[in-house]
Amino acid sequence: MAEASARYAPAAEKPRPRVRNFDVRRLPGFGAVAIFTFVMLYAPILILVVFSFNAAPSQATWGGFSLQWYEAAFNNRQVREVSIRSLWLALVASGIATTVATLAALGTTRVRRFPGQTMIYALINQPLMVPEIVTGVALLIFFAAIKVQTGYTGMGYLVAAHTAFCIPFAYLPIRARLETMDITLERAAADLYASPFQAFRHVTLPLLVPGIMAGFMLGFVISLDAVVITEFVKSAGQDTLPTYMLGQLRRNITPEMNAIATLFLALSLCIVTAFFLLTRKRG
Amino acid sequence: MAEPRESHRWKWLLCAPALTILVLAASGPLLIVLVYSFLTPGNMGGVVWQFSTDGWFRVFFRRDIFSPEDVSWNTAHLTIFWRSIWLSLQTTVICAVLGFPTAWFIATRPANTRTVWLFLITIPFWTNLLIRTFAIQELIRNSGTINTLLLWAGVIDAPIQMLFSEFAILIGMAYVFLPLMVLPLYAAMDKLDFRLVEAGYDLYASRLQVLRHVILPLVKPGFIAGSILVFIPSIGAYVTPRVLGGGRTMMLGNLIDLQFGQGRNWPLGAALAITLLVIVVAALLFYLRTLNREEGGRHG
Repeated sequence: MAEASARYAPAAEKPRPRVRNFDVRRLPGFGAVAIFTFVMLYAPILILVVFSFNAAPSQATWGGFSLQWYEAAFNNRQVREVSIRSLWLALVASGIATTVATLAALGTTRVRRFPGQTMIYALINQPLMVPEIVTGVALLIFFAAIKVQTGYTGMGYLVAAHTAFCIPFAYLPIRARLETMDITLERAAADLYASPFQAFRHVTLPLLVPGIMAGFMLGFVISLDAVVITEFVKSAGQDTLPTYMLGQLRRNITPEMNAIATLFLALSLCIVTAFFLLTRKRG
Repeated sequence: MAEPRESHRWKWLLCAPALTILVLAASGPLLIVLVYSFLTPGNMGGVVWQFSTDGWFRVFFRRDIFSPEDVSWNTAHLTIFWRSIWLSLQTTVICAVLGFPTAWFIATRPANTRTVWLFLITIPFWTNLLIRTFAIQELIRNSGTINTLLLWAGVIDAPIQMLFSEFAILIGMAYVFLPLMVLPLYAAMDKLDFRLVEAGYDLYASRLQVLRHVILPLVKPGFIAGSILVFIPSIGAYVTPRVLGGGRTMMLGNLIDLQFGQGRNWPLGAALAITLLVIVVAALLFYLRTLNREEGGRHG
């Protein structure tokens, strides 16, 4: 103690404040809690991934490295079927959602405020605010009535439900991109006698592409993850990967589920990373 | 400039496809739910087109089977309402307690590593909620990782039953919704003027006083936004209580689901769904009011 106080002894000429090199950004214990949180956030996922390579059919005891559960997942016809359906649905729904969201973003961004604009915003953002279970129930009721009337039981219902759900997610990055875009470039195009369509085709659209791509990816991930809405809207034999997994969780689970989950995670991770790189370029 | 009316028309035309899909497959059906809540249940599910307030009545009350005049509170439903609200509030508090230091940690990193930490928070947010719930299930089930480790270490003799309880739901919801608290808190801290914090210390405030009187008031909007972002999906949770709570520890979402499945009472399910929606809208309005008051206080 004596040594320490000697080290911090005041200089000769002026009494200095007690503490120097004081970091105003430091709060004691916060770093520890943060590290704890990060570990807690990743530990369950890492354990899940590790046990997908387990030779033993257990989630808790390690029996050596093996790829047998991946093999089992690939050989499982039902898993292949629901995976393809999920990817197809995500591709179609997010494709439509991105197209209509691009148009809506062009109609609502960089324009003078017009009557009804608030209502349009409310409609577009509505799927973000209403709990998924409520939307699911609403679609179940509505589509059940249509099914009785028309007899149609195809994938159209799932496409419509997923598309509506993806629109706000596709809209947000496209709108953000439009808002930060340099409007003088389009003015320059107009000055050079480009028609409005030519200006859009050769100036606005190429500049907007990163936003559209980002919107498409977000929509894709959202559709891929949507489980509650799908569970309520799907007809018999229209399981997607998440609803298939939800059904399996009730049964005795083998590491095959871990393998499927790991592949699913890897796909999401790729898309999210691409999304990050795409949106970061802007900044 | 074109004539205003003309220019409004193309804006509406551009929005028309998106709005059509949204009205048909999102907003419109919500109105139908409201209508269905006032109809009579059909025998095999579905509804009979006959006006009835019985669905709404059953949300809160029940009649004795033998003497229909005997009306009492529907305690089974009230328990589920209370559990949903209580678990959601607890989830929000846990997320806030863990999220605040985490957001602070990220906000005080050097600029080049901050993006990496932020990315680490965002990844779980974009990975499938079902998979994250499954990961928690594997962790806490009787033959799961935690119990196996504890048994191996000799701390316990028999596995602790954690799955299928309110505790399991709480852990699961806090786990899956935590990023929703960290992100708005970080956004608020990112804008924080650290000279104010320094000024607090210069005026001889202790760390606790600076935290309480300088930092917390400044990041309060982030706290409110984060709380609402965690509370709303918690109160409407369906997957997490289904997987981790099992059949007996239901939340509002599962009770609604039950009416459209085994319960075969669509009007009651519709009334419950509208009730859930009302709770969510009330929470949102509360948020907007607090936000306005905060901003009014700041500038006024």
